Amino acid sequence: MSTLFSIESVTAAYETKVVLRDVTMAIEEKDFIGIIGPNGGGKTTLLKVILGLLKPVSGRVDYSPGDLKLNEIGYMPQVAQGDTLFPVTVEDVVLSGMMHSMGATGRMGRREKKHASEVMEELGLMALAHQALNELSGGQLQRVYLARAVSGSPRLLLLDEPATFVDTSFEADFYDKLKLLNNRMTIMMVSHDAGTISAWVKSFACVNGTIFYHPHSKITDEDLRLYGCPIQLVTHGDVPHVVLHKHN
Amino acid sequence: MENIFEYSFVIRSLLGALFASITAGLAGTYIVSRRLVFLSGGITHASFGGIGLGYYLGINPVVGAAVFGLGSALGMEYMSARGRMREDSAIGILWALGMAVGIIFIYLTPGYAPNLMSYLFGSILTVTNGDLVALGIISVVLIIYTALFYRTLLYISFDENYARTFTRHVDLFKYISVGLTGLAIVLNIRMAGVIMIIALLTIPANIIMLFTREYLRIIILSTVVSFVGISGGFAISWFTNLPTGATIVTVLVLFWVVARLAKSLRRTNRIEKMKYPL
Repeated sequence: MSTLFSIESVTAAYETKVVLRDVTMAIEEKDFIGIIGPNGGGKTTLLKVILGLLKPVSGRVDYSPGDLKLNEIGYMPQVAQGDTLFPVTVEDVVLSGMMHSMGATGRMGRREKKHASEVMEELGLMALAHQALNELSGGQLQRVYLARAVSGSPRLLLLDEPATFVDTSFEADFYDKLKLLNNRMTIMMVSHDAGTISAWVKSFACVNGTIFYHPHSKITDEDLRLYGCPIQLVTHGDVPHVVLHKHN
Repeated sequence: MENIFEYSFVIRSLLGALFASITAGLAGTYIVSRRLVFLSGGITHASFGGIGLGYYLGINPVVGAAVFGLGSALGMEYMSARGRMREDSAIGILWALGMAVGIIFIYLTPGYAPNLMSYLFGSILTVTNGDLVALGIISVVLIIYTALFYRTLLYISFDENYARTFTRHVDLFKYISVGLTGLAIVLNIRMAGVIMIIALLTIPANIIMLFTREYLRIIILSTVVSFVGISGGFAISWFTNLPTGATIVTVLVLFWVVARLAKSLRRTNRIEKMKYPL
């Protein structure tokens, strides 16, 4: 495997509050990293730094190892941000994921609409293409934002708590779709639920002011304590999951 | 001679209605979808300060209103972007301040302010050729701006944070949009009046949003609804001698009530059909 990009001694802050301190990490191509950690630990901030939305106070993100361009990054923010009463259709939202490769005068032609249809088909949204957002369920909405993030055919996909509103019965289906996408792109996914996602991710990164990379999908309470990552591992009865063994 | 006057008056009214409709369709859809209705009310009333200043200085009050309208629009966008003050409070203060400044200047101006009432309540009779030209220009600028940057503007309005991932100019676009909106509002004051203009901008877009959620359709159809409502309002106010702005607003609200009823009837029909499929 080769490195897609690397984070080099990044310190990031909002005004004077330092959120990330001296974070260094190399992200491998086609990795599927679950980013876990306590609230306020800097998970979302890390994504913003990678996206170029937040300039680090010191250090930098080096995109050169895998020749990654900023417009090759797909982003799915926490769903609460979007205004679902805004007059926009599902298709419009999916199309917006393709603005990255266009200028401010970008037009959505037949080619773009065809591509958007393919993405909607893949994520089971085709029947909803002309629906307004306020007519969708939480899980459907989440898939719309996922479709937006991947419609620009990104090489890196950043997901911030993508399954918060997904119905438990659709959760496995949702992660299966991500796994499929992982064949074509590297994924970094923020989640509060390390137990559930461990069945799908390839590795973990624990972000708590700084970062600890754990190159396996099996992570134990002990690891988390070691990393200073005070989160609880949750096991769900009805959802496919792996039972984690303790490292010796 | 009288015929010619009446003829040109009709033409001017229709032109005024057309331009007002275009601005209501474009700026109105933007305002309603971005939830800037209260902000727009603030801009309108703040610009009354400029009207008063215009009277006091003996310049065209519309020029004063344009300066105040543009200034308050950009100022409020700036303040809300910095997050330094609660936005609704800032708007409330600016709203009252504009009216206060306007009233003080008009009080200080010697003599009688002849068209003052027309600025408050709107009147097609006082609209000058210059006003029409200015409205025409802002309409054309709004059309070109929206057509050129349609997707970018749509996505910035919908989800600004996401838009920042594909354009570095989110703030610039927001300032231009809000600035053009402010100008469009101010230039409609002569016709619709400070007090009524907010209805002109909000009702048509809200009527169309009852039936569709497609942004472009809302722009086009709310322009059409505005044109019918405004020219209808003109005609009624002409024949009945009622104040123009108030008549237009009443007509538009009636349209909204009818649309609302039509929608709920359609919904009941659909539910009935679902209950009894055959």
